[in-house]
Order: sequence, then C-alpha cells, then structure tokens
Amino acid sequence: MKPRSKRLMLLGGAVALLIGAVALVLTAFQENLVFFHTPTEVAEGKAPTGRTFRIGGLVEPGSIKRAADGVTVQFAITDTAKAIPVTYKGSLPDLFSEGKGAVVQGKMSPDGQFTASEVLAKHDENYMPPEAQHAVDQAQKAAKTVKQ
Amino acid sequence: MIPELGHFSLILALILAVVQGVVPLVGASRNRLALMSVGRTAAQGQFLFIAFSFGCLTWSFINSDFSLQLAASNSHSLTPVIYKITGVWGNHEGSLLLWAMSLALWTVAVTVFSRNLPEIFMARVLGVLGLVSTGFLLFLLITSNPFDRILPGAPEGRDLNPLLQDPGMIIHPPLLYMGYVGFSVAFAFAIAALLSGRMDAAWARWSRPWTTVAWVFLTAGIAIGSGWAYYELGWGGWWFWDPVENASFMPWLLGTALMHSLAVTEKRGAFRSWTVLLAIGAFSLSLMGTFLVRSGVLTSVHAFATDPARGLFVLVLLVLVIGISLALFAWRAPTLAGGGSFSLVSREASLLGNNVLLSVACGSVLLGTLYPLFVDALNLGKISVGPPYFETVFVPLMTPVIVLMMIGPFVRWKGDDGHSILRRVGPGLVASIVLGIGIAFAIGHVTWRTVLGLSLAAWVLIGSVQILWQRLADRAGAGTGARLRSIPAAWWGMWFAHLGIGVFIIGVAMVGSLNSQIQVKMLAGDTAQLAGYTFTFRGVANAPGPNYAAARATIEVSRGGVTFATLTPEKRFYEAQGMPMTEASIDIGPLRDVYVNLGDQLEDGAWVVGLFYRPFISWIWLGCTLMALGGIFAAADRRYRRLAEREAPAGAARQVA
Repeated sequence: MKPRSKRLMLLGGAVALLIGAVALVLTAFQENLVFFHTPTEVAEGKAPTGRTFRIGGLVEPGSIKRAADGVTVQFAITDTAKAIPVTYKGSLPDLFSEGKGAVVQGKMSPDGQFTASEVLAKHDENYMPPEAQHAVDQAQKAAKTVKQ
Repeated sequence: MIPELGHFSLILALILAVVQGVVPLVGASRNRLALMSVGRTAAQGQFLFIAFSFGCLTWSFINSDFSLQLAASNSHSLTPVIYKITGVWGNHEGSLLLWAMSLALWTVAVTVFSRNLPEIFMARVLGVLGLVSTGFLLFLLITSNPFDRILPGAPEGRDLNPLLQDPGMIIHPPLLYMGYVGFSVAFAFAIAALLSGRMDAAWARWSRPWTTVAWVFLTAGIAIGSGWAYYELGWGGWWFWDPVENASFMPWLLGTALMHSLAVTEKRGAFRSWTVLLAIGAFSLSLMGTFLVRSGVLTSVHAFATDPARGLFVLVLLVLVIGISLALFAWRAPTLAGGGSFSLVSREASLLGNNVLLSVACGSVLLGTLYPLFVDALNLGKISVGPPYFETVFVPLMTPVIVLMMIGPFVRWKGDDGHSILRRVGPGLVASIVLGIGIAFAIGHVTWRTVLGLSLAAWVLIGSVQILWQRLADRAGAGTGARLRSIPAAWWGMWFAHLGIGVFIIGVAMVGSLNSQIQVKMLAGDTAQLAGYTFTFRGVANAPGPNYAAARATIEVSRGGVTFATLTPEKRFYEAQGMPMTEASIDIGPLRDVYVNLGDQLEDGAWVVGLFYRPFISWIWLGCTLMALGGIFAAADRRYRRLAEREAPAGAARQVA
C-alpha cells in the first residue's frame, strides 16, 4: 500500500469508529432521558405512561403511611394544588419528611399510583431540590392567575 | 485581627499573581532575562502569602471564631478539631482558597523540580500559571471572600454538614483539587509550547511527569470520593453517575488520554497537536468541574453556592481560558505539524484508537451532564439523565479500550505484522473468553454483562502476565532478579496501572452481578437471612457523640452458625443542623463486604434495617490504588531525572549567556 492510501484508511477507520460511537451515544441518550413533571401535570394526564419520569414537590403533611412490613411506604407528593399518591419500597433519605421538598422517580401504575424506584430529598436543612421548588412555584403561579 | 491578616495576605498574593502572570511573559517576548526570572520569585512569594492566608482561616475555625461568617456557618464549638479543619474546605469560599493554594503549590513545585527548563520556557509556563491564579484570586476576593465578618458575632456556629464529618472528607477534597489543578501545569506547558513553537521529544519529557502526578492525585481523589459515597450515603452503591462525580471523571478520562498521547509525542514525535488539544481540554474540564460543582447549578451535596454572580464569574473565566487557548491553538498549531509516520498496525495506531474512544467516552459524559442544564436554561422543561444512559454507553465504549490496552504493549512502534501479533495475543484472548464464561457459570450468574466483565478482567490479568514474561524473556542471559531490576520504573508504572484496571473490572463485574440487599423490619432478637449470612438484631441503645445524639443498633452477623462480626450502625441526630443521618456499619473482607444500616423506628418499636451483601467491592478501590501506584512509578522513572542532570550544564550556560 502507498503511504497515502494507508493514511486514508487510518483516517477512514477513525472516522467510522467515531460515527459508530456517536450513534451509540445518541441512541442511548434518547432512550434514557428522564422527564420531569409537576403533580398538576400528572393529574391532568400529561405524564407518559410506561416510561420512567420524575415528580417534584412537597411531601403532603399527614400522608406518610407505612405498610405492615415496615418497608413499603406510601405518601403523597403535592405542588399545593394537586397531590399524587406514591408507593415506595426501600430506604428513605435521611431528610425525607412531611411538608418538606422531595423528588421521586418511577413509573405510573394503572391504578393511578406512582410507583417510585428512587426518592431524593434535600442534602441539608436549608436546601430545597430545585425541581420540587419549581413544581410549587408553578402551582402557585397558576393559582394566582385563576384568582385574578 | 487574624482573619484581617489572612484577607490582607490574600490581596498581596493577588498582586504577586498579576506580576507572575505579566512580567515573565513580557520578558519572554522581549528576550529579557531579568524580567523572565521574576516569575520564580513571584510564584514562591505568592504561595507563601496564600498559605499564610489559609493558615489564618484554619486558625479561626479551630478557635471557633464565630464572628467570621464562614466559621459560623460551617463549624461548631463542639465539633471535633479534625472536622473543624475539614470545615475550612467544606464550603464554597474555603474550597476555592484550597484551589488557589493547590495552584500555588503546583507552581512552586514547577520552579523547584523543573529547575533545568530553558529560562524562556519556564517564564512562559509561570506566566500562564500566574494568569490562571490571578483569575481565581480575583474570583475569591470579589465574589467569595472567605474572611467576611458578621457583626455581632454569632454565639454558636451552625456546624459542618454532618455528611461531610467523615474521615474520607478530610482528604477527598485536597486530593481531588491537587488532581484538578495539577492539569493546569500540563496546560501551561502546552500553552508555552504554542507560544514558543517548540514542541519536541524534550518538551514531552518535561511535561509527562507533571501530567502523570496530577492524574495520580485525581485517581486517588475520585476513588476516595467513591469510597465516601459507599459508606456514608448509606445506599451501598459506589458510583451514581451524579453530575458532580461526572465533573471529576471527565478530566480523568481526558487526562488518561493525554498521558498516552504524550507517550507517543515523546517516543515518536507524533500526535503533537492532539496532545496540546488534550492538555487544553483536560484543564478546561477541570475548570468546568469547579464551575459545575461550585456554582450551584447542580443539585448535590457539593453545591454550596447559589449566588448567580459566582456562577457567572467562573463561567466567564472558563470561556476566557477555553477561548484564548483555542484561538492560540488555531493560530499556532500548524507550526507543530509533523512527526513520525506509522502504519495501520502499530503502537501509535492502537494508542490513537484508545485516545479517540476515551475522548468519545468523555464527550458522552459531557453530553449527559450538560444537556439537562441547557434544556433547563432554555426553559424547555426539566429533564435528567440517569445511570442507565451512562451504563449503556460505557460498556461498548470501554470494551475496545480494554482490549486495545492489552494488545498495545505487544505491538511495535511505527509498524508491525498483524499475523505475528495475532499469534501472540490470540491464545490469551480465547483463554479469557473461556474463563469468563466458565466463571460466570461457576458463580451461577450467566448474563452477557457478567461474561463480558469477567472475560475482560481475565484478558487483562493474562495479558499482564504475558507481557511481563515477554519482557523478561527479551533479556535472556541474566538472572531473574537482575532482569526484573533492569526494567525501568516507567514500564512497571504501565504494568501496575493496567493491572489495576483488571482488578477494578473484577470488582465492578462481581458487585454488578452478585450483590444483594433487603430492607427488613426487626425487633430485638429477630433474625434475617441474606446471601447465606444470618443477621441477628440485638436491639438499640443510646450512644451520644461530641456534637450529635445517636441510636446505635447491635447486629450480629453469622455464617454457618459461627458469629464473625458485630456491626453497630447508627442513626445520628446532629443538633446544630437539626439533621438526622444514617451511619452505616460494614464488615470489610477481601472477597465481600457485609453492610448494615439503620432506618427509622416504627410505631411498634421495631426498626427498619437495611442489609447489604457486596461481593468483591474492595477490589474496586484496590484497582484504583494499583492505578495510582502505577502513576507514581511512571512519574518516578529515572530518565526524567537523568534528563534534568544532563541538561543542567546547558541550562547553566544559558543563564550565563
């Protein structure tokens, strides 16, 4: 082979590798995006079915209930306008408590329950997950518009 | 008084940084030796002032001076002294001061260990480092002064976030910062090369040990951060693909590519532009990591600041660094062209393949980390990218990297014969696939992921033995001891680091395949089973700590009727922050960890207990340790010192002239 065509082959190989890798990355990316919805959006049926998504808001006071096994927890997550019932099995973050911000990730069950695979709470006393804050802000904005 | 001295000292450091950033560069462009040599003195002075300033801040924390805003927010009079010191960098301002101090320390190290660089080159390196330092000191003084006072002073501090009150957090940030900031040296060398148009084998030899040492720090810092997440966050996981973790992993990936690209530049003079680009990229990603982590755009335990001015400042700094370097690169890179040619089957080609794959992997992490931020910034909704994406992408991207990693050392520079390589590596490849499948069946977990992981690990281990064997066979004649000793440290560095990857993969594959966990409700005397272990709950007692109250459970772990460990997980309540925290308890073993945490107490007096079985998880950190050790060997190679000695007379002559 001439050095020139060798170089071309090398370049071609590298470009093919790059294209393949980029295609892989983008496909995986598309499939694994997790969208975020506020409780109001979920209540209005805007959330996808059969796909993992996130809900953010406040843990509704008085809603935390533990099942007899002690491990399955039910609570409602609210943006102060609408509340979505959530079921979660597993350990809760240390700062998960009623009236505080939380973000849950999981899927909608056919019975209207949200089955969470992950529950995120804040990291310290002053900090509110931005997604939870966003949901509450949205709901309050909507409430104001209705009043006017 | 002490904080004011610290503040003043920091301002003096800034002045010296400006001097260091301007005067040597002017000297280099006008070829004035007197101006060039200012850099060294300015750098050393700057380090002294920043270190003094850091000392003042530490003193205020240790003595609980709560009239200092920072101490009042991040310390408490009852906090153990070691965590008072940790509190110094457990916040935005203090961690930036640590950043600036690391940079000054690296700069001083360059003036000490690279004493034999040509004066003009040294001047440019120090100038670039001085400019970077100027940016960061300005950032500190303008937006994030660690010495702000509050009047009247607070009677008591609010304490450091309990999650950070942990031995791992004492050393994780300093190591990580030394790694991040260490790439600034590689960056400065690259920019100096662009400025001078000189980039030869000698340049690569100067640059290599610095890059390697920075990489060692980064590797150690990431590993310790991962270990911290494992035992402190209490979920039994070791990597979460959290944006903050990604922020440190991206420079690591590019830094790894850079180390290998530098090797080619040194040995063969090739990949020069690519090496410069990687050096710019690794440092830019380090800066971006600092920006992401410190600006508060990310949701994490690291996000201290939510002041938009700070985020904007770092962003501007980042844009300036990347913009100016890339412009300089575009302008000067043509002067770097050239280098040895090589064929399709050659060590250069295998390293090129690895470099491309590592860069794509880095790009994929960048995409997954930044995309949600862009979407949010553009008000297109909120999304997140979770671990499934990164796992899907990483396995296919890293598999060829690991396969190539063990083929590369068998392949000769410049060009080699494909058939003879296949003959050398073929048997090992077949053996490792057979082994992978065999072990997967033996452990009773046959999935393609497990088989792939175990095969790759076997491939690395077999390949390591094979190249060592070949290396020894090449020196036939002498005794084994002499032959082992004749191998240069750099080669051992490569060998250990690659072996470390193999050990790491064993850990990842085994944890990924065989881990198990359950959550159970337990009363005193209850038992639970997991992975052949029996856990007996012996009840909960109060265990007060220095700055917290705790409920401590006693759980006996037995196997086959023999109790071998008593674990004591705690549920702590930190009074100052009003924050509960779970403290896991782990029985660490070479082949498995047994991990227990204590959840909430239920109404009937029972406790929720989390039981985790984590096979081979220590191998993950053992692998990282081997990688870091390899880096230390590589950086300690005698030829870097020999070079210094050989060039010394020339350097001295230049100074006389």
